[in-house]
Amino acid sequence: MQVDLRILRYDPERDKKPHWERYRVESGPMDRVLDLLHTVKWEQDGSLTFRRSCAHGVCGSDAMLINGRNRLACKIRVDQLGRKVSVAPLPGLPVVKDLVVDMEDFFAKYRSVEPFLINDSPAPPRERLQSQEDRERYDDTTKCILCAACTSSCPSFWAQKSYVGPAAIVNAHRFIFDSRDEGADERLEILADADGVWRCRTIFNCSDACPRGINITKAILEVSSAIVERRV
Amino acid sequence: MNGAPVTHAYQALVVGAGGAGLWAALELARKGVKTAVLTKLYPSRSHTGAAQGGICAALGNHEEDHWEWHMFDTVKGGDYLVDQDAAEVLAKEAIETVIELEHMGLPFNRTPDGKIDQRRFGGHTRNYGEAPVRRSCFAADRTGHMILQTLYQQCIKHGVRFFDEYHVVDLLIEGGLTRGAVAYRIADGELHVFRSAAVLLATGGYGRVYRITSNAHALTGDGMALAYRRGVPLEDMEFFQFHPTGIVGLGILLSEAARGEGGYLRNADGERFMERYAPTLMELAPRDVISRSMYLEIRQGRGIDGGDFVHLDLTHLGREVIDRKLPDITEFVRVYQGIEPITEQVPVQPTAHYAMGGVPTDLHARVVVDERNTVLPGLFAAGECACVSVHGANRLGTNSLIDILVFGRRAGLEMARYVEGNELPDVPLTAHHRVEDELELLRTRRRGENPNVIRAELQSAMFDECGVFRTKKGLQHVARLIEHLKLRYCQARVEDGGKVFNTDLLDAWEVGYLLDCAEATVAGALARTESRGGHFREDYPERDDTNWLKHTLTYQAEGRPFLRSKPVTITRFQPKPRTY
Ligand SMILES: Cc1cc2nc3c(=O)[nH]c(=O)nc-3n(C[C@H](O)[C@H](O)[C@H](O)COP(=O)(O)OP(=O)(O)OC[C@H]3O[C@@H](n4cnc5c(N)ncnc54)[C@H](O)[C@@H]3O)c2cc1C
Ligand code: SF4
Ligand code: FES
Repeated sequence: MQVDLRILRYDPERDKKPHWERYRVESGPMDRVLDLLHTVKWEQDGSLTFRRSCAHGVCGSDAMLINGRNRLACKIRVDQLGRKVSVAPLPGLPVVKDLVVDMEDFFAKYRSVEPFLINDSPAPPRERLQSQEDRERYDDTTKCILCAACTSSCPSFWAQKSYVGPAAIVNAHRFIFDSRDEGADERLEILADADGVWRCRTIFNCSDACPRGINITKAILEVSSAIVERRV
Repeated sequence: MNGAPVTHAYQALVVGAGGAGLWAALELARKGVKTAVLTKLYPSRSHTGAAQGGICAALGNHEEDHWEWHMFDTVKGGDYLVDQDAAEVLAKEAIETVIELEHMGLPFNRTPDGKIDQRRFGGHTRNYGEAPVRRSCFAADRTGHMILQTLYQQCIKHGVRFFDEYHVVDLLIEGGLTRGAVAYRIADGELHVFRSAAVLLATGGYGRVYRITSNAHALTGDGMALAYRRGVPLEDMEFFQFHPTGIVGLGILLSEAARGEGGYLRNADGERFMERYAPTLMELAPRDVISRSMYLEIRQGRGIDGGDFVHLDLTHLGREVIDRKLPDITEFVRVYQGIEPITEQVPVQPTAHYAMGGVPTDLHARVVVDERNTVLPGLFAAGECACVSVHGANRLGTNSLIDILVFGRRAGLEMARYVEGNELPDVPLTAHHRVEDELELLRTRRRGENPNVIRAELQSAMFDECGVFRTKKGLQHVARLIEHLKLRYCQARVEDGGKVFNTDLLDAWEVGYLLDCAEATVAGALARTESRGGHFREDYPERDDTNWLKHTLTYQAEGRPFLRSKPVTITRFQPKPRTY
């Protein structure tokens, strides 16, 4: 089928501001938006710029705004969208070029919540034991691929760029609820900050955007309850 | 051009932030060595994150298991081309490595008594081949994702210095000594020269040389090609693994875990055809055996609907097992094929998956440059881009993740030792000129061919003539084509003439790596007149230990490949016929 593809283009070396460009692209039955972008890049305009690597939804490179929602270009099929497809960079993050946004601040926020196991007790000679139930407790938040679809879909983040954002909270959750971890207090302290969990207004944009199907809003609520519980 | 580049000095450089690079960086950080990690992708996007099925270690959490059995399986799986001293290191150190991963926080699935859960995987057996054994440790079907995340997290904890989205474009090797590397900063197109005494190549595989592959777009053999261009040989490149269960047309992998959990392969008649080819291990025979069997079925007209694919049948496993143990791959099937695997059979075809060959190293990840294992001081390699060789002619499933970590760690430790006794080498001010000129030429050439066309031609020819089945005639044809494509590549033109985030330029640059890797692969495949593991010559269908129980070393001289060989290290297990 013929697709009417619109892409928000911006080249800092040439353009004063972003502008829409239209492309006509032939799409196969199971094609994904990433295939359309490749067709344009390889056959029509080599300067079209986007990130991608794995091409099957596991590396987190190609989150972008597709028909008004944050999606991975490699995971959304064209037939789920129809004949008109519009693609723009993730909202709320500085645009570097075309569909590429600056991720430095996003990763800095990830690092700020101490996203690593904290456990200073001497390790046993074999594995630490963990029950299947304890393992299940944080399963959902281990799936995050750091694509930034959630954070950049969040109105609270748009309004206040210093907000640590859903992705960082998800990654804090992954450790706070891991029975082997001893750093929950430190992390809850960080997230109890003015730019921490309280900025969440449970708008659910993040959960809708997450390509890994993580129930992000639930994770944020669990973290805020943990903060409250620790205070009393 | 030729302006002054930005220069940096680090005691050690790690090129690549997949499992191999990250573990090396972690060891270096723990030892207090000033280290930089250069990676063309953000670390969390490395392809280690795509690994699904598991990482093996003879933990024996469910049933009796021993590192000796693991070593034997590795040697036999590799069709006896494995260096057995390396396989011994792998099988022994696998155990402590997996335990350490758990201590670092890796969320493994658990047994009812809280230990690391383990499942079956192709070619891993109890008691030297008797029956499948549960040796693969896993975290659902995203084991690689968890490994990558865990190691990246530990690197953050230890303050490792990352240069994200820096594409390494040249190695500085002068006067027989490694002196650093040149990187292109993707954000603004500036060249950076990194002086360093020790450089680790950990750049992963080159599956993108094939039309249908499970490998990410970024897997273009960079480290292999960069070393090859600087006079380092590549070892055993003719051995490339085709994984039996790729999504038809796309090549996206459906992990062997699907069969480890009990999935079947069926032909058009609904028959479990592996009965005929590997009666003991059936669907859990090694990948080379299964991929060939699939094509034989297809050739005999038993592909589904007469096509070039067969069925993976999971319908008898039940929703519970599928949801808990194979959630990601079943989602791939739904998203990319529009099929419900709980009730429907899944069409699959072999997909180019893994490079057994690569940059030759010794047991300490030091790069060696000839049949006498002469070390090139300061250059190290680990992970899929290296060949130590633990996989020989065919890798077993779950053996790569353990390889990249065991030898990634060894690389880090050895580099720390090496930089202790060695000063930062000098780098001439003109060190970056050669690569700068080449890049500038490519960026600014006004007229020329679209490099994407060159890449597509290469990928198709490699898949058709240098894939699961090979013949002299087909290989000669690709060899000639590659020579021709290299000439055309010298006249290729990119459309984007900009400096900022120029992916057009870098994609084209990577075609150059692919051409070099393809050249070495085909040269080895043409020369090796036998069939062994992943290399199957229809005109020489038998293994020939008399003439070919040896490794291939491919060098590039004056733009052409030439071959030498080196002996295989055999310690415990004498070569035997390989049946399953
Ligand atoms: C889909 C899939 C599933 C798999 N499943 C399993 C499994 O279950 N078990 C198993 O054992 N194995 C599995 N494998 C194989 C295994 O995952 C890989 O062999 C392994 O992860 C490779 O790790 P690595 O560290 O060598 O490289 P990678 O993880 O590929 O990392 C390469 C790194 O190098 C960097 N890089 C590359 N070129 C440059 C350059 N020019 N400049 C700067 N940086 C560069 C990249 O940015 C990246 O950080 C699987 C492979 C695939 C494709
Ligand atoms: S939580 Fe989901 S949307 Fe957010 S960064 Fe992680 S994977 Fe992406
Ligand atoms: S390209 Fe990796 S998530 Fe889309």
